[in-house]
Amino acid sequence: MANVTTGSAPVTYNEEVVRKFIIAAIFWAVVAFAVGCYLAAELTWPELNLGYSFTNFGRLRPVHTSGAIFAFGGSMLFGTSMYVVQRTCQVRLWGGSALANFIFWAFQFFIVMAALSYVLGFTEGREYAEPEWHLDLWLTMIWVLYAIVYIGTIIMRKEPHIYVANWFYLAFILTVAVLHLGNNMAVPVSFFGAKSYSLFSGTQDAMVQWWYGHNAVGFFLTAGFLGMMYYFIPKAANRPVYSYRLSIFHFWSLIFLYIWAGPHHLHYTALPDWTQILGMTFSVMLWMPSWGGMINGLMTLSGAWDKLRTDPGLRFSVTAVGFYGMSTFEGPVMAIRDVNALSHYTNWTIGHVHSGALGWVAFISFGAIYYLIPVLWKRDAMYSVKLISWHYWTATLGIVFYITSMWVAGIMEGLMWRAYDAQGFLQYSFVESVVAVHPFLMIRLFGGLFFLLGALIMVYNAYKTIRGPRSAASMLPNAALAAGE
Amino acid sequence: MASRGFSHATIERNAFLLIILAILTISIGGLVQIVPLFTIETTVEHVKGVRPYSPLEQAGRDIYVREGCYLCHSQMIRSLRDEVERYGHYSLAAESMYDHPFQWGSKRTGPDLARVGGKYSNDWHYGHLIHPQSLVPESIMPSYRFLAETPLKYDNIAEKLKTLRIVGVPYTDEEVAQAKADLEAQATPGADTDALMKRYPKANLVPGNGHEVTELDALVAYLQVLGTMVDFTDPSAENPQQ
Amino acid sequence: MALNIERDEHTGTDTTGHEWDGLKELNTPLPKWWLYTWLACILWALVYFVFFPSFPYGKGYIHGLLGASSRNDVMADVKGFAAERNAVMSKVAAASFDDIRKNPELLAAAQTAGRITFANNCQPCHGAGGAGNPGFPALAAGSWLWGGKLEDIQQTITHGIRSGDDAARDSQMPKFGTDGLLKPEEIQQVADYVSTAFFGLALKDAAPASIAAGKDIFAANCASCHGDNGEGNRDVGAPRLASKIHLYGGTRDLIVRQVTSPHMGVMPNWNGRLDTATIKSVAIYVHDLGGGE
Repeated sequence: MANVTTGSAPVTYNEEVVRKFIIAAIFWAVVAFAVGCYLAAELTWPELNLGYSFTNFGRLRPVHTSGAIFAFGGSMLFGTSMYVVQRTCQVRLWGGSALANFIFWAFQFFIVMAALSYVLGFTEGREYAEPEWHLDLWLTMIWVLYAIVYIGTIIMRKEPHIYVANWFYLAFILTVAVLHLGNNMAVPVSFFGAKSYSLFSGTQDAMVQWWYGHNAVGFFLTAGFLGMMYYFIPKAANRPVYSYRLSIFHFWSLIFLYIWAGPHHLHYTALPDWTQILGMTFSVMLWMPSWGGMINGLMTLSGAWDKLRTDPGLRFSVTAVGFYGMSTFEGPVMAIRDVNALSHYTNWTIGHVHSGALGWVAFISFGAIYYLIPVLWKRDAMYSVKLISWHYWTATLGIVFYITSMWVAGIMEGLMWRAYDAQGFLQYSFVESVVAVHPFLMIRLFGGLFFLLGALIMVYNAYKTIRGPRSAASMLPNAALAAGE
Repeated sequence: MASRGFSHATIERNAFLLIILAILTISIGGLVQIVPLFTIETTVEHVKGVRPYSPLEQAGRDIYVREGCYLCHSQMIRSLRDEVERYGHYSLAAESMYDHPFQWGSKRTGPDLARVGGKYSNDWHYGHLIHPQSLVPESIMPSYRFLAETPLKYDNIAEKLKTLRIVGVPYTDEEVAQAKADLEAQATPGADTDALMKRYPKANLVPGNGHEVTELDALVAYLQVLGTMVDFTDPSAENPQQ
Repeated sequence: MALNIERDEHTGTDTTGHEWDGLKELNTPLPKWWLYTWLACILWALVYFVFFPSFPYGKGYIHGLLGASSRNDVMADVKGFAAERNAVMSKVAAASFDDIRKNPELLAAAQTAGRITFANNCQPCHGAGGAGNPGFPALAAGSWLWGGKLEDIQQTITHGIRSGDDAARDSQMPKFGTDGLLKPEEIQQVADYVSTAFFGLALKDAAPASIAAGKDIFAANCASCHGDNGEGNRDVGAPRLASKIHLYGGTRDLIVRQVTSPHMGVMPNWNGRLDTATIKSVAIYVHDLGGGE
């Protein structure tokens, strides 16, 4: 601790807001997974759409995606970034408890309003950016406050260097701000109505949307969660980060290259060829920078691999990095135009997204949650290590069912759509491909239910831990002070 | 890291420098890819026939967006042989130049709709949207019966056209003024449609239920115009380069 | 602030000397394989930029040495493939249906093309195997509205029915009810007659007097198109009523509805989407579904 403590009074961190975000994240995780399972069931048995506007797939699907990405993922990012920035800067969160609390409640309000607006039919029709203009403005305000709090804390830091986790969190906060503003340029039809029309149209609008869409993946779901990884893996493994130099190289190359990859969502479309080629080539150049994070995550374990046997929470984090490596390899492969010609529009893409969302985002979050709950609530450990293990295996099994079924379904669809018979005519009608993938949609649902079951095990475990006794150490008067209570 | 001329520690110690450099780094790609799409003149091809949506079609398009149809249907025929043979001529950028927002989609749970206009009769669309499985037993599409039971709200259709004009759709004053009349004419059997058809050639007259315009009428009118505006027998439209 | 560089015992690598909340970093050099793989990816991209369209500048973009265009590629691809098929399909287009039937090669090609084209384009309305749907004729049943010979089918597919095409099959049944040509009770009488005499329904509430009155009304108003004995008329697409197969359904209520305000079905013309050879192929496929004449 040579250059950290300055001899002044111990810092009291704001852990209350972190606790709130973690609870919210767990809650939204269950909601998002459950809605996902319902949607999977609707795709298998269309009667489950029930005939109501608000239960139809088209309206519920954004509830699932926003719920998983923004409600669950966002709450995790808010919570962990606020935790990590305080710890690694050795100062209390800047801006005071009231502001932090306001950010929490304002964001939860945003989520609830967004979900309600989707089922009631208010949407901008832009994937992963569906909320209408008034909610976009509300989110902009939250984001500005969040950035101020986060950057304020960094500026007040007691450690002269900014830790690598904070580089990534910072890049996430700044870039998401730019993306959110750029992609939501719209003109409302009236001041009191929700309806608006996007400023851009057609090809340009498509490019803006996928510039946003891909970098929601790149900066929300990758950079932000890499920040999480850079704190919780070395912390749980009790090992130094593998390579500082790799951190530098992969950080700057990742954020520079990611932003170019958007057009790979638009191969062979009416977007000009030059843009598509840039999207493809930069996606391939992005492969190694993405893997830099995987190498740093996994190699940090060297010397501590034995901990995976005893710490299933760390097992989540490490498996997450494995899935991260797999998805960030699969991504560039799918970005190659000839591969994309087959994979695009199919369930392969759905499988790819979920190997990232379930395998990477959710698993790294579960690892952080299992680390944080005992720390934040001053418990010796989680209520049951065995239940963490059960969660791990049910969730892993769920992912395996999910992504393998989607690979098979997606590749089969892609091949059927382009299949020609011996005489040179298309071999299959579209509806034949719908019938062919049906069994795999059922297996996918099965996988999703497993993943949901795992999350429910986590809820139970978290509940029992929080309701259980405090650790003896936290009962000491000094400890309570140091914990900021 | 002192062995190098520049030390990354400089950035790590200065939050402002880190912020500025990060913003610069993430700005380049977007600027290079997005701005030229507005400055390179061939990005949106010059072809004849593409017109703004009629008021009823635009109202139908708003419902298409509202119901999230784009989550299962693409409107983008890629320049690949099997797609051209299955769905028709590859989609041009010009064909979605008045689409705010674009609805190219990213998933084909159902087939592409870029050229579904005119492919089936109005009867089929009504029957299919109300109960997809009655016509396509294998379909996994939800029922949209509720659209047939919901009267279309179109009091603000002129406002919508005006807003679209702000974002670049060339509606004339006359078209804005006649928006409501045009909308009703397109959905009322036996109405005088001369003015409507002159303003919006190839507009599909939907039968309606005779006493009120429903959301389903608007949606069918929109679906029936998709991909029909450009005449691909015109050599200038056959294979335009971007 | 003094750095506190330590040697990590496990790896033998130095730390950077910084510490955050107990976290340290090793000063491990970049993995060689990582760096070289990355450089290889960059090199690949650079090669791509030389040959293919890439960076934009103001009002244009670098086209690359190959002058590649995915639009030219697909046009060539489609045309090349069509040319291959054309060896056979041009003969299908030129030959008479009789000659196609006699030539196994042509027939096989036409049946293949017809099957997939039907499945992709016609099946949503007419059902798998031409089983039909209410309002969309059953093609396999042999109850043709406009004729079931190959030439008739080709004509219908090419130009459609009430499609707006200049040569479309077109006809309009009068709106006997809404236009006041018949009174409601007269429509009820004619429905009683048609459903008992032609549809073969046994209706207890259809009084003989009503049926008799309906017969006269039918003879005066309907028989000119539907025939004295309900045999229909293909020249005007008037359905055969004396049949077990009904376009909209075989109930008396549906007859009342149809006579009051007739629903006139539309079939799109396919000449804008399909070429002659493909349309002939579909005609053969449809003809062979079981109802061809």
